[in-house]
Amino acid sequence: MKTKSLKEKIITWSRVKSPWILHFNSGGCNGCDIEVVDALTPRYDLERFGIQLKPTPRHADVMVVSGPVTRQQIKRIKRIYDQMAEPKFVVAVGACACSGGVFDGCYCVAPGGLDKVVPVSAYIPGCPVRPEAVIDGVVKLLGSLQK
Amino acid sequence: MSKISIPLGPQHPGLKEPINFGLVLEGEQIDKATVNLGYNHRGVEKAAEERTYIQDIYLIERVCGICSHSHVTCYITCVEEIAKAEIPERAKAIRVLVGELERIHSHLLWLGIAAYEIGFDTLFMYVWRDREHVLDCLELVGGNRVHYSINTLGGVRRDITPEIKAELLKRIDILEARTKYYTTLATEETTVLARTQNVGVLPKDLGIRLGACGPTARASGIARDVRKDEPYLIYDKLDFKLITADTCDVFGRVVVRVLETVESCRIIRQVLNYLPEGPISIKVPWKIPEGEAVNRYEAPRGEDIHYVKGNGTDKPERVKVRAPTLANYHAVPHMLEGGWLADVPLVIAAIDPCMSCSDRALVTDRAAARSAVWSWEEMRRNGIEFYKRRGVDFSKVTLK
Repeated sequence: MKTKSLKEKIITWSRVKSPWILHFNSGGCNGCDIEVVDALTPRYDLERFGIQLKPTPRHADVMVVSGPVTRQQIKRIKRIYDQMAEPKFVVAVGACACSGGVFDGCYCVAPGGLDKVVPVSAYIPGCPVRPEAVIDGVVKLLGSLQK
Repeated sequence: MSKISIPLGPQHPGLKEPINFGLVLEGEQIDKATVNLGYNHRGVEKAAEERTYIQDIYLIERVCGICSHSHVTCYITCVEEIAKAEIPERAKAIRVLVGELERIHSHLLWLGIAAYEIGFDTLFMYVWRDREHVLDCLELVGGNRVHYSINTLGGVRRDITPEIKAELLKRIDILEARTKYYTTLATEETTVLARTQNVGVLPKDLGIRLGACGPTARASGIARDVRKDEPYLIYDKLDFKLITADTCDVFGRVVVRVLETVESCRIIRQVLNYLPEGPISIKVPWKIPEGEAVNRYEAPRGEDIHYVKGNGTDKPERVKVRAPTLANYHAVPHMLEGGWLADVPLVIAAIDPCMSCSDRALVTDRAAARSAVWSWEEMRRNGIEFYKRRGVDFSKVTLK
């Protein structure tokens, strides 16, 4: 295995210590959205890992997507994904984003979940996800970056 | 000055859910605002027809993650009405208990979001920290933090044990004390006052004309609450105040919601002390006879209406959901027009919008690969034609 140069080490270190997230609701029921916000508020406090909610895709490293992808949202989610700067990661939060969940098969929902629309780096299952699960998923994603 | 039009949403930091507002600006002031729906349409009503009544409980619950109990209770009471099943008194009390816990959770969530839109992040974090208490209560009662699925056909799934009751009473005391602190904070803190007073004004007569409901209507002095007007479950046995405000602005909506939270704490205490002995559910046959029912329910955001039609099988013929936010949308352009661009997220947040509840009338034509939101006229024309084919002519009827 090739050893990393000092420059690469610094870049990885800064990436892992400050992943900024963008929250995108692709047509979900709100359940996962409030749990994601819950993870950022005092009891769970994801900010201690350097994670911050950002309002624009151009500042974000990680896009957190909740809900099944509705037909109206497909082209928007692709556009927002394209607006993000490299390297970018997508986290599918909740059963609906992972696989379509309870809405799989509805006529206005893209079949098969989020990974049919944009590439997904991490899946966090649950309906809705618990804040602990969000923290676990995010920490695992950050761990995989260090390798 | 020339006018410019800008889109707001469907992805916008001020909005937690996808919706699009078309704003025409004259400088910093809003000249005209229009609402575009449909980004969150999933097709829940159609999906409900393909699932059994029991499966629908879990589907309807996911219409909205914040008022999930409201939707299910409204739906399940319709089904029980068609099946002519009288549910036990204890089950009714537990449904009210969870409904009020949900109202606290929803109103505190809203207060946090409103504080965030104002730019008062300290209050946002404070409120969300205290909101964890009510989520713990819901987890204790239903087994999950957000979708608690306490309802089942013929009653409720889980009972309230004396231990749970003691814990709930303890947590409610904490919540009530904290909410009273927020009441003083929201009514005396100059930052909050400066951002909310005379913003997003909806006069009383306009509110009635546009059919506003819930806290949005009550903040405009319209005393409208299904819990009082048409008591369901055990609300006729409970003593609580109907909160109204007459300032007609965002400030009034803050006050109404905060005071309603205090009232909900009182209701919960009464329900826990009332809790009659007996079974928590009865057996209802899975096949529901032919018939139809409409029910109203006071969700945290306003009046929720469900219509269910049974056809003698284990699947419904038709389920229709009218979510409270849909009724409040009509008021939003009126609240925005004449206001400032910087106030837009706050005014929109002030009706406590729930897009996932309200996206309904979207038509997708797969053959032509085209989708469009139907206008009122188109829907009406289609409705008239639909009934003409069935031998009823509504074309002579005029709407006022």
